[in-house]
Amino acid sequence: MVLVNPSVLLVDDEVPFVETMAKRLAKRDLTVEKAFSGQQALEKLHGGGPSRIDVVILDVKMPGMDGLETLAAIKARHPNVEVIMLTGHATVESAIEGMKGGAYDYLMKPCEMDLLMAKVGEAVAKKRAHEAKILDARVRVHALRRES
Amino acid sequence: MQTARIRPAAYYRTLTRNLVLFVVVISLLPLFLTGAIILHQFKQAYQTKVEENLEVLLNKHRRTIDAFLIDRLADIRVLARSYTVPELQDPAFLKAKLGLLREEYNGVYVDLGLVDAKGAQVAYAGPYNLAGANYSTAQWFRQASKSEHFVSNVFAGLRGSPHFIVAAKKRYQGRDWLLKATIDFESFNALVENIRIGETGFAFILNRQSEFQTKPRQEVILASGAWRQLLQEPLDPGRVTIVERPDSLGQAMIYAAAPLKKGQWIICAQQEVSDAFVHLVQAQRAAIAIFVIGGLLIVVATLILARRLVRRIAEADEQKESMNEKMIEAGRLASIGELAAGIAHEINNPVAIMVEEAGWIEDLMSDEGPMSEETLSEIQRAVQQIQEQGERCKQITHKLLSFARKTDPTIKPVDINGLVGEVLGLVGQKSRYAGVKLTTALDKDLPRVAASPSELQQVLLNLVNNAVDAISSEGGTVKVTTSLENGAVRMSVSDTGIGIADANLARIFDPFYTTKPVGQGTGLGLSICYGIINKLGGEITVTSAKGKGSTFTVILPARQDSNPATTGAPRAGQA
Repeated sequence: MVLVNPSVLLVDDEVPFVETMAKRLAKRDLTVEKAFSGQQALEKLHGGGPSRIDVVILDVKMPGMDGLETLAAIKARHPNVEVIMLTGHATVESAIEGMKGGAYDYLMKPCEMDLLMAKVGEAVAKKRAHEAKILDARVRVHALRRES
Repeated sequence: MQTARIRPAAYYRTLTRNLVLFVVVISLLPLFLTGAIILHQFKQAYQTKVEENLEVLLNKHRRTIDAFLIDRLADIRVLARSYTVPELQDPAFLKAKLGLLREEYNGVYVDLGLVDAKGAQVAYAGPYNLAGANYSTAQWFRQASKSEHFVSNVFAGLRGSPHFIVAAKKRYQGRDWLLKATIDFESFNALVENIRIGETGFAFILNRQSEFQTKPRQEVILASGAWRQLLQEPLDPGRVTIVERPDSLGQAMIYAAAPLKKGQWIICAQQEVSDAFVHLVQAQRAAIAIFVIGGLLIVVATLILARRLVRRIAEADEQKESMNEKMIEAGRLASIGELAAGIAHEINNPVAIMVEEAGWIEDLMSDEGPMSEETLSEIQRAVQQIQEQGERCKQITHKLLSFARKTDPTIKPVDINGLVGEVLGLVGQKSRYAGVKLTTALDKDLPRVAASPSELQQVLLNLVNNAVDAISSEGGTVKVTTSLENGAVRMSVSDTGIGIADANLARIFDPFYTTKPVGQGTGLGLSICYGIINKLGGEITVTSAKGKGSTFTVILPARQDSNPATTGAPRAGQA
């Protein structure tokens, strides 16, 4: 069903973490975009158009605009984009807050790559299914209009 | 210096001494004053009473003696007026009258005689052979001839034994006669000798020439001392004159004198003061004994109580000291707890990177076929990254450990600037996430201070932590400044945070006082800071403006022999 490689945006203030993680995800046939702050992530999202990024992997604790604020901004502008939160132990509470705010799921840092891939896969599937439904609905609306 | 906080034994000794002195003075002073005042009043009252008694006694006897003399004179005058000279010239008649008188008056009268104007005794009745005796040259006769009646002084006269004469003049056929009677000295003397005043008091009679008219019970020296003075002055006829003076032997005496026989004689009395005031002396002794015994009891009881109290205080001080140490330890653990969240995240980041790098290596190695040059250098880079991140973890754990080690109250020379660096390193990550910029303005020539490094570190950490917490999510600045002012080291932590309300400012150093939500602050931090700085002889103050930020300032005395912190190693034993 997945026709196009899923595309993810990796957001964390730790540059080496983002770089390595990006390589590993790319090796697993994902299209990876990188951002090192919440602000940068939003720019990438807005610039690339709504459909290009499927999943945002977002660190909760960042200087400046933190994970929760970024999440809120993403969901406001791009409700279809799925967000997976990455947290340290001390910020599980914020991850739960994030789930309430529309995040797809959360993972503890450091995380198992297989688990992350599984979550990304689920999130992408969910997004694609949702998009398909929207497409269906549009088609149906279009057909009805024609018939009438 | 290591035990600067423990009060020296001398402190408790001084405390004991002051307590004892205070209580003893406070309790003995009223006792003493009360006793002294009551004794003084009692003495005055008693003295008045003694003097009154003496006066009453002397007055009574004066009247008795005066009455005695008047009565005797009256007897003779009656005799002289009742009978004619021829009758009185009859020795048998005189003898009968003398017998009558002796019978009536218990032998007071010794003899009776009739003397003519020339001083010849024409008739005599009595035990001595004095008929025809010539008194023309006798002093009494000359005096008696001049008045209607006469009582003589006591004298030895012709018979050679002390006596005195009572005489009454009688005019008969143009010639003057004297009827004279001799009064027995012993019976007169008994009147006075029987006057007893207390144990030692006695009385006697003197004439104007200070000759004894009665025999004093003890030897009396009239020529000097109190008597001489008393007898020189004219005596008030209606009163008894009383003086109190020591006699020649140093014994305190009371002397009293009053005139009698129309001022011709003086009745005198003397008594030892200790005898007169025997009850007073007893009361005095009792009072002194009570005072001394009571005072001793008070002193002993106070000593015991004060010792006990001070021992309790010393124990309480020790307990407080150990409580303080425990509280500082508890505060330190609380601070560590607050830090733990930040630290955990801080460690988690390099760990996550290492895990990712390891995973990346694994990914690369799982590729089939021979390893390309590119893959190999990628693995090398990853290993390098793992090492770097491991180093980062090590630094973080070291920072934490440097703080988490056990509180050591040992006083050492401390380099404040170095301490600021350590603490800011510890708070760095937390402040970065909170959007707080940490800045410093450090005086490079700052001298060392004598303090416990771990305690001082805790103070600074608490202050900086609080400063970071005070700054809201918009971010701000925390500035740590060190400087040398008036020989004292000044360290201040300023923030651009929310500030402190005036109402809270007064209570800010109280233990368990916190404005943080439940579970986030123990309310111990600042009270512990206060305790630590106070103990080091420094002071901690706060200024704050609501909405603009707060500044906490710590002032610590610089070490006397201090060098700038940048030079020289700490010298042992000089702190």
